[in-house]
Amino acid sequence: MNQPLPVDQGANAAIQRRSVGEPLTLDGITHSYGDGLAVDDVTLQVAGGELVALLGPSGCGKSTLLRIVAGFLNQSQGHVKIGERFVDSLPPNRREVGIVFQNYALFPHMTVADNIAYGLDARGDSRSDQRFRVEKMLKTVRMEDFGDRKPGQLSGGQQQRVALARALAVQPRILLLDEPFAALDKNLRLDMQIEIKRLQRQFALTAILVTHDQEEAMAIADRIAVMRKGRIEQLGTPVEIYDQPETLFVNDFIGSSNRFEGEVLGREADRYVIRLDNGAIWHIATSKTFSTGDAVLVTARPEQLVLVDQPYDGAFAVERTLSLPLGGTLIHDVETPKGATIKVAAPRRVGEAAPPLGPTHCALTENAAPILFPKSAG
Amino acid sequence: MAGAAKNEPGRVDWRLAAPLGFTYLAFFAAPLLILLAMSFAADDRFASFSMDSWVKFWGDPFYRGVVYDTVRLGMVAVLATSALSYPIALLFIASGPLVRKLLIFIILLPLLTSVVIRTFAWIVILAREGVVNQTLLALGLTSAPLNLLQTELGLVIALTQIEMPLMLLPLVTVMQQINPSLSDASRALGGSKWRTFFRVILPLSLPGWIAGATLVFASATTAFISQTVIGGARLVYLPSLIWQQSMVVFDWPFAAVASVTLLVAVLSGVMLFSLLGRFARTT
Repeated sequence: MNQPLPVDQGANAAIQRRSVGEPLTLDGITHSYGDGLAVDDVTLQVAGGELVALLGPSGCGKSTLLRIVAGFLNQSQGHVKIGERFVDSLPPNRREVGIVFQNYALFPHMTVADNIAYGLDARGDSRSDQRFRVEKMLKTVRMEDFGDRKPGQLSGGQQQRVALARALAVQPRILLLDEPFAALDKNLRLDMQIEIKRLQRQFALTAILVTHDQEEAMAIADRIAVMRKGRIEQLGTPVEIYDQPETLFVNDFIGSSNRFEGEVLGREADRYVIRLDNGAIWHIATSKTFSTGDAVLVTARPEQLVLVDQPYDGAFAVERTLSLPLGGTLIHDVETPKGATIKVAAPRRVGEAAPPLGPTHCALTENAAPILFPKSAG
Repeated sequence: MAGAAKNEPGRVDWRLAAPLGFTYLAFFAAPLLILLAMSFAADDRFASFSMDSWVKFWGDPFYRGVVYDTVRLGMVAVLATSALSYPIALLFIASGPLVRKLLIFIILLPLLTSVVIRTFAWIVILAREGVVNQTLLALGLTSAPLNLLQTELGLVIALTQIEMPLMLLPLVTVMQQINPSLSDASRALGGSKWRTFFRVILPLSLPGWIAGATLVFASATTAFISQTVIGGARLVYLPSLIWQQSMVVFDWPFAAVASVTLLVAVLSGVMLFSLLGRFARTT
């Protein structure tokens, strides 16, 4: 279990905080279930007021990490620090962490107002203070008229708002969001994402969002920690994660991408010259080091590829099998002679219909930045 | 619910309920009416009627005491089973599937043995030379063996064990359905474990508790075997009173009065529990 930690005097800090959110520090968190490691030596610094998404497939340890921060689980090793205070030895009810659960977890036997007042009552606020604060929170989440309702009488989005109001009412030091949008339909989801982002900014709250939905993470996180097998695979801004995935796992998990095999022919200026197995020659910049003759994997996003009429050394022959005009984008499904399917996305001009199917060529767009991985990584 | 919703209101087909309805009328409602009529009989040929038996029963402090003791026994059994059931139910919902299966087995185990056998087992345990007294004497906690048989304490101990499954099963079933995130939410909002229990778990488990309390109350007040075997001749409750009056004294009108009184007492207890539940949930 945890080593005993020096107990610091956090009481004053608790009164002074709030103008800026408090930083959250996870230091070498490890947690094992039985014989497996659910969380494996995770270190993460979340700045005050920042929203970091823990993104990964189920079983990657993101929920376990959230439960450790909340205090529902005691980590096997490592420390959790909120502000300047180690909270490892504090039970959940003394960590001052607000949580919005996937199923909202509203108390079904209490009214909306009583739900919001629950945390205020628990910390001993007077009745009049509670009422005042509940009114204010209901207004903040635009639910003024629903105070007397029971949660069962509310829609999913409304329950979500109440859950948020309940978590924020006690002015938590950290806000934890556990897959909060999973149960909402798509249109409502975007509204709620904006709403949560707005409130998180307004309250200058440091927040952790746990999700398996990359779009959700991209939409509202300041930074994303992509997790896999209990470890953080990559930490960066949504743009960095999308444009410069450091591993194949991150590359495949975020967005869609096409994968090509090839061989390093040499180096020209700051770029490696790669010959793909399909014959095309690509020049690719990377910070990684390869030697001539290395087998490599190249990944390119659909929007980094383009279909061209004329063959040249940067293009390879494909057969267009399907074209879908998805609003402002044309998605082409093309097939290489060897039978691999490749996705190509291009902006659709007004009035442009899908071109006829048949043989064509595929190449990189002008500003494309495909990613190189050593073949062994695949 | 689903079937009734399909039909138009007021167009329920009563014929479907007829077989069970007639059975109830013939073998439940009619005997009850006969019993009620019998309690007013003034002679053993049921030729004339009077209030004599009722006056005799309710005018005598001894019989009023028997009614009071019977109801109290039921209440104490409900309290004891509740106090013991909640910790087990909490343990149950906090456990993994394997422990849950084991707990269910342990809960059901007493039901696999007949009440008679369990009652006689309790005689062995509670007797002057029984396990309890042997242990207390060996530990030096008492100098003389305690008298547990033929006391209310001993009876309550035995009844609590015998009735436990009746409280635990509905309680566990309902508590299993409580979303575990609710406890987490309470804790994260600053609620202590006790607050979480009293403000979240307990109110949400009330439907299960009411069902359990109803069953325990009804069966503890009417537990003829346990009451007579462990209570013996010293403790008289309504069921043994009814048996004495009808089978030994052959005063059937008086036995009928005691029977109707027992019935009303049990029903009032049951109604009290459901009222309690409704009151507690709205506040």
